[in-house]
Amino acid sequence: MAGKAQMTSKSAAAIDKARAEGRAALIGYLPAGYPSVEATIAAGIALAENGADLIEIGIPYSDPVMDGQVIQAATTEALANGFRVSQVFDVVAGITSKTDAAVLVMTYWNPVVRMGVDEFSRRLSEAGGAGLITPDLIPDEAAEWMAASDKYGLDRVFLVAPSSTAERMQRTVDATRGFVYAVSIMGVTGARSSVSTAAKDVVAAAHAAGAERVCVGLGVSTADQVREIAAYAEGVIVGTALVAAVRDGGVDAVAALTKDLSSGLTREEA
Amino acid sequence: MADAPSGNADHNAAEAFLQGGSLRHAPGPYFGNYGGRWMPESLIAALDELEETFDKAKDDPEFRAQIADLNKNYSGRPSLLTEAKRFSQHAGGVRVFLKREDLNHTGSHKINNVLGQALLAKRMGKTRVIAETGAGQHGVASATAAALMGLECVVYMGAEDCRRQALNVARMELLGATVIPVTSGSQTLKDAINDALRDWVANVDNTHYLLGTAAGAHPFPAMVRYFHEVIGEEARAQILDQEGRLPDAVCACIGGGSNAIGIFHGFLDDPSVKIYGFEAGGDGVDTGRHAATITLGKPGVLHGARSYLMQDDDGQTIESHSISAGLDYPGVGPEHSYLADIGRVSYEPITDSEAMDAFRLLCRTEGIIPAIESSHALAGAIKVGQRLAAEDAAAAADKIVIVNLSGRGDKDVATAAEWFDLLDKESAESEIGKEGEQL
Repeated sequence: MAGKAQMTSKSAAAIDKARAEGRAALIGYLPAGYPSVEATIAAGIALAENGADLIEIGIPYSDPVMDGQVIQAATTEALANGFRVSQVFDVVAGITSKTDAAVLVMTYWNPVVRMGVDEFSRRLSEAGGAGLITPDLIPDEAAEWMAASDKYGLDRVFLVAPSSTAERMQRTVDATRGFVYAVSIMGVTGARSSVSTAAKDVVAAAHAAGAERVCVGLGVSTADQVREIAAYAEGVIVGTALVAAVRDGGVDAVAALTKDLSSGLTREEA
Repeated sequence: MADAPSGNADHNAAEAFLQGGSLRHAPGPYFGNYGGRWMPESLIAALDELEETFDKAKDDPEFRAQIADLNKNYSGRPSLLTEAKRFSQHAGGVRVFLKREDLNHTGSHKINNVLGQALLAKRMGKTRVIAETGAGQHGVASATAAALMGLECVVYMGAEDCRRQALNVARMELLGATVIPVTSGSQTLKDAINDALRDWVANVDNTHYLLGTAAGAHPFPAMVRYFHEVIGEEARAQILDQEGRLPDAVCACIGGGSNAIGIFHGFLDDPSVKIYGFEAGGDGVDTGRHAATITLGKPGVLHGARSYLMQDDDGQTIESHSISAGLDYPGVGPEHSYLADIGRVSYEPITDSEAMDAFRLLCRTEGIIPAIESSHALAGAIKVGQRLAAEDAAAAADKIVIVNLSGRGDKDVATAAEWFDLLDKESAESEIGKEGEQL
């Protein structure tokens, strides 16, 4: 799409830097405010210092239909602790001021609608954020976000799924800036014992539609799974396993898991 | 899309209506600025498949014949239009007619929608249906349709509702359904919808999500309305047949809004007919404990549609409150949001107390125990009747108000007995009533 190439993308730059090092990029997810805003910033910095190239900060939301139980429990607790949406900008600024990682916000759409798409985008940009990952916003409904993301130079990461038709895949790839988020399986977030074979097909379809950067998420929790995906995708997204690490061991556990996961990023010699 | 409803499209729609355009058969996905598909990409293919199947089916004489046969020989349609003469005396003396959806099989309008969607599930080759339920009405109806058509049925129901509605859980299980208590989020109807959506994402190949109201992502709002349009078509024909003229007003209760959109649809293009939707005012709209979504909500996106929504300043969904489980939902169907904005339908809140007074009044004047949901429409009709009488007392006796009596109140007996203090304090029923049990 016109303009896509001209606009700089923090996410694309982070993925390209990993690629230049001969590896896939690691993207780590943390829910904002779990268990506190300060703890999320500390965990985000630990992610960046131990091998994550991009960081995805989730906004806790009352109705997270794409999330499994571990992330639901964490975001429910964050809300119970009084998390407010505007604090996500504090988290983003806290991480971007201390690290070089590209920091995206993952959010269900209504909190953005409520603040105002333009206002939300402006504040995210001011906080140093790279863009948004939008699990319940499809390009068909995204006219306002397309305009705001162009205005503020933000990445717009849409999802593609094993069920996406060729037509929808093309439409989504064309609307995306930064990277395409390939959902590895038909389901919600949560660790799974193996990576679905569907993931490789989704990535191939996205590449065929012209996507230069495709990252795979949902169900990825181990270095072996990271290695498997790194062989065919530009990036690997880990969420639930990191949230469980925050829950069970705090920042130290996040650092250790990130270090371990990043060991899987280097592509095997052919 | 603007955050606030933009005036232009709405103004144009209202103009079109006034100048003889039609508000009927709105196809979606948008109703003015509302509706659409605010859904994960993973589910879009399933929504496309459903839309395509529905579009073909509604133009297929065989499908229409199947629906007509089920409506007549299984549900017991057409439902009666009964004049409520003694009740009318309390509504300013206007003539109140009741559209008797309470007489349908399973006791409410819900059967119209589940039969239609279950037939579509069969057409799509799905072997399993999932549904959400609050008090259990839609769950029971879904289990009924699934049993009739040989489909596996799984119903998601808030854990607290499962405990309070133990008899409806048993009913669903008797009908062969599996009931899954929902422990996520606020453990209420909206969370049951969330869990049903999570199930659907994971099992979409063999599963149809049998959504129970005229809300959600396209094509659900237009499709659910289509299956309930029979209510309004019958009511309009019946009043013309019985009285030779259209009513002055039509009243219905609104949770998600499926019974209401069904009866409203028959009258949307009759400018002389005033249309009223009555939301659950709970303890009162100034108490914060209510479900008056259109009255007090703001536009937002939830469960796949843009519509009015009870939400806080952060866009987090606010929990709703109503004595009526069937109206206890913080969202509303998008077509209602549109009809509210263009002024075609007036939406007003009715408190728990007003609804329960109307509940008892209908019991004692007509020998009909209404659902507490429908009692909100009855309470609204009393207000509408009194207003008509206040405008012109001499003409009141010639005014006709139709109320959609969307369900029967057998399920609500324990709640009502507790409300009116009819139970021995030591009785088991009293304990049940305190918990909000609906038998």
